[in-house]
Amino acid sequence: MNLHLTLTSADWLALFVHFMSLSLLAIGGAITTAPDMHRYLVGEQHWLSDAQFTSSVALAQASPGPNVLFVALLGWNVGLNAAGATGPAWVYGGLGVLVTMVGIMLPSTTLTFAAARWGHQNRELRAVRAFKQGMAPIVIALLIATGWILAASNADQASQWPLWLLTAINALLVWRTRVHLLWLLGAGGVLGWLGWI
Amino acid sequence: MPHTELPAAQAQPESLSDLFWSFTRLALQGFGGVLAIVQRELVDKKKWLTREEFVEDWAVAQILPGPNVVNLSLMIGDRFFGLRGALIALAGMLTFPLLIVLALAALFAGVADSPHVQGALRGMGAVAAGMIAGTGLKLIGALKQNPMGAPICYALAAITFVAIALLRIPLAWVLLVIGGSACAWTYRQLGVVHKIKPRP
Repeated sequence: MNLHLTLTSADWLALFVHFMSLSLLAIGGAITTAPDMHRYLVGEQHWLSDAQFTSSVALAQASPGPNVLFVALLGWNVGLNAAGATGPAWVYGGLGVLVTMVGIMLPSTTLTFAAARWGHQNRELRAVRAFKQGMAPIVIALLIATGWILAASNADQASQWPLWLLTAINALLVWRTRVHLLWLLGAGGVLGWLGWI
Repeated sequence: MPHTELPAAQAQPESLSDLFWSFTRLALQGFGGVLAIVQRELVDKKKWLTREEFVEDWAVAQILPGPNVVNLSLMIGDRFFGLRGALIALAGMLTFPLLIVLALAALFAGVADSPHVQGALRGMGAVAAGMIAGTGLKLIGALKQNPMGAPICYALAAITFVAIALLRIPLAWVLLVIGGSACAWTYRQLGVVHKIKPRP
């Protein structure tokens, strides 16, 4: 069920400021701040329903592009709720996308731009090289761990071992072969559609 | 010490529009996260980056706040074309995926409850998880040139994996403790190498 609400410009500003403040906390990706977004949008402000929040995250995962786009969907849905039955839905939705996406991106991208540029200009410095090369084994392990965690959240019971097997086979294929990644995704989608996994 | 011990990447984007469409293509191929595609396209195919450069940039992109692949596209765009390149790469990464995700949201509202659709999402999710893990496995080869030496790198990677995937320790602690120690040790090792093999 969609909610019907009236958002004042102060509310839009509060939404913008809240997402700006989350931006700099999003170490390891925007998805790490999703629990706080849920607390704020669903629990505290009642601007989104629980179902709208969950489906926004799931849809963004399933569609192409960076996962941060779940934030755009959250903003879109807040906008639709604010448009109510009468307002022009896509204008309000667009406003929601703009407010949440600019909020979540502006501080972190500005910082990244400045820091990465500084790091690149000073790439011969011993401290910069020590940081980048010292972090290399950790960030590589983080990738493998992310795959593991996603697989575990997919298959939360032992009976779902075929999902684990599918994940493992794909990890091997990506590691060892050059098969096109869209074929792999397509195959996974078909297996799931047919109910085999 | 000069940076030249790493093999230089051979190629670079031809123009801003090449940059935009390259990142658009990357983003549109990336279901459940774009990283696996970025590695495959920019390192293996286009050779804009070497594997070692990719790992180093990825370390920066991951440790700074914000969406990792967005940070990475910003850095790569800036490297080739400055601020304009950074903004163009960012636009390439986000414009079409944003339109598609909004269209999907409209279409999906009707079919989200179908068991077929949910099954397909589950299957694609399992594949996406494998793709991310497989990309990590492939990058392990980049550790051979690390100043800490491969065995120490493998040990650090194993400890990090256990801490994050199995013990579920918060990322900030892992980065601070394991990452901090690794950086300090690398800093020391870089000094040792420098003393043994002084370069002009």
